[in-house]
Amino acid sequence: MSEVFTKSMARNIYYGGSVFFFLLFLALTFDTSSALPKRDHRENITPQVAKGKAIWEEHDCIGCHTLLGEGAYYAPELGNVYKRFGNSKEAIKGFIKSRPVNGIPGRRSMPQFNLTEEELDALAEFLKWASEINTSNWPPNIQG
Amino acid sequence: MQYSSQSVAKPYFIAAIGLFVGQILFGLIMGLQYVIGDFLFPQLPFNVARMVHTNLLIVWLLFGFMGASYFLVPEESEKELHSPLLALILFWVFLIAGALTILGYLLVPYAQLAEMTGNSILPTMGREFLEQPTITKIGIVIVALGFLYNIGMTILQGRKTVINLVLLTGLVGLAVFFLFSFYNPSNLVLDKYYWWWVVHLWVEGVWELILASILAFVLIKVTGVDREFIEKWLYVIIAMTLITGIVGTGHHYYWIGTPEYWQWWGSIFSAMEPIPFFIMTIFAFTVVNKRRREHPNKAAVLWALGTAVTAFLGAGVWGFLHTLAPINYYTHGTQMTAAHGHLAFYGAYVMVVLTIISYAMPLLRERVANSNTAQVVEMWSFWLMTISMIFITLFLTAAGILHVYLIRAAENPIPFMVMQEKVALFYWMREGAGVVFLIGLIAYLISFFIGGEEKEAATA
Ligand code: HEM
Ligand code: HEM
Ligand SMILES: [Fe+2]
Repeated sequence: MSEVFTKSMARNIYYGGSVFFFLLFLALTFDTSSALPKRDHRENITPQVAKGKAIWEEHDCIGCHTLLGEGAYYAPELGNVYKRFGNSKEAIKGFIKSRPVNGIPGRRSMPQFNLTEEELDALAEFLKWASEINTSNWPPNIQG
Repeated sequence: MQYSSQSVAKPYFIAAIGLFVGQILFGLIMGLQYVIGDFLFPQLPFNVARMVHTNLLIVWLLFGFMGASYFLVPEESEKELHSPLLALILFWVFLIAGALTILGYLLVPYAQLAEMTGNSILPTMGREFLEQPTITKIGIVIVALGFLYNIGMTILQGRKTVINLVLLTGLVGLAVFFLFSFYNPSNLVLDKYYWWWVVHLWVEGVWELILASILAFVLIKVTGVDREFIEKWLYVIIAMTLITGIVGTGHHYYWIGTPEYWQWWGSIFSAMEPIPFFIMTIFAFTVVNKRRREHPNKAAVLWALGTAVTAFLGAGVWGFLHTLAPINYYTHGTQMTAAHGHLAFYGAYVMVVLTIISYAMPLLRERVANSNTAQVVEMWSFWLMTISMIFITLFLTAAGILHVYLIRAAENPIPFMVMQEKVALFYWMREGAGVVFLIGLIAYLISFFIGGEEKEAATA
């Protein structure tokens, strides 16, 4: 029984299989790279959008929220927040600006980050851009 | 212990356990923040607690992997470690860098930490699991290089076993894929695409090589089963891991802007990812049934079998539950993900590190196995932690399903925060199970301090 399937056969499957599927993965990655521009609308990534992403990262927003379904599950999805807030950058800025410093008693609250007007604009632009990525209709629902 | 240089594993294991305790304490804090929203706010915001929780997890598992390597590589290579001194220096470098990073998270607002550490020069911070300042990431790379050099030289100059080589491949892969954490383009879609090359290709790729080789090592030692047999199965397991797991990365490329064909590639390949975990379970039980000796360290055998089973449950079963694209459409980014993340990380990587610690620590303390009483307490901790983690998983799964039911599949969806209040009962139960987990962890710590009649080392 054990002679039929030997250790060297197992080893060859390991080497051959990993190399083959890694190359396949690289090929798919290559194809994805050329297909992406039509779906991510990178022509709209202005310096302001890029700055918005940096501000998003510097405040670790992903530590509470999901963005396109990835991140933390403590606070709402933000990939579609621009649309949920009625396609309004002002509404997004207003929400972030108005967070009470000491939170809301007994409830989960978002910190007050004291962002400048310029930073708020960049963040809102970034979230607007994110909401326009073609995500194959995800999330199923505007509430996320 | 056969080689004196194996003793450098000891500080690594002790540090791993210490950081594990910290991880769980922050988990419990977050669990409370889920139900008492203003708990510790604004002093300790949820996102800070979360990065402490997850980064401590990663760091202590890395300590565990390094300790495991320093312990098993000399024995497999039949030669002393290349440089025990380097291993000790790197231990302190890693521990101090890790501690400073955690203190940075806790003492300074994150945005200020980013500024202090010059994040704008090479922005890498603020992405899930990769929150570390760029300089910490560079430090991790340096420690990894020194570690790989030390382990690599030992293997090169000594006996090359399959276990050694698979472990080394896994460790090199760990370091190589970590390099993608330095790639952070402004295009969110590309950022996410390559972020998964760190996260997915770690836990469903190269880490599985580390897992399988550590498990194979412990099984050889505690059962005395023929090496040829074990090595063959080791190859089968890791072959299936990489054949399914690499293209299986596609299960993260359904909804992040990537082309729709990933729904096919991801679903088909990741649906096969449970296979290596299943084989691992069969393998572990077969080997233990074929055992040629009764090893006095019963606790280590229990951990080894428990790893195989729980990894299959957490990664295999809970992974499969949400991996097909039509299902993932509804569950993506709900508590379902967290449920799976917890049981998979615990069953596979936490448990394999506790397995090697259980086997190696008594030897490092100059005995073959701990006293019966100590082992009984350790086995209690095994059951308390494992069962409570299964309950955490079940409660989070329920919360995830309710999310789908109340929002994503509902005709009149309610806002996210309203839904959260409706499912609060499950978060309370999760916290309860978390307290039981902590009790199990305390029992685990106590088991190290219980004396009694230890099993003497035969060759000591
Ligand atoms: C006492 C037990 C624990 C509690 C109460 C707890 C609680 C939590 C909470 C509240 C989160 C954040 C979820 C969110 O983003 O909204 C989290 C994340 C996480 N925890 Fe734990 N945790 C515990 C133990 C553990 C253990 C033992 C592990 C490792 C095996 C672990 C691994 C993780 C991971 C990997 C994440 C990120 C999950 C994801 O991104 O989906 N936790 N934990
Ligand atoms: C030991 C192995 C594994 C570990 C430690 C692990 C851990 C994790 C973690 C922590 C996440 C959440 C990542 C995030 O924060 O976004 C995740 C997501 C995911 N895992 Fe795993 N996993 C493992 C194996 C598997 C396997 C074998 C499968 C499939 C059969 C699987 C399927 C998934 C899927 C589909 C997601 C995405 C969930 C979503 O859409 O939100 N995992 N895994
Ligand atoms: Fe994955």
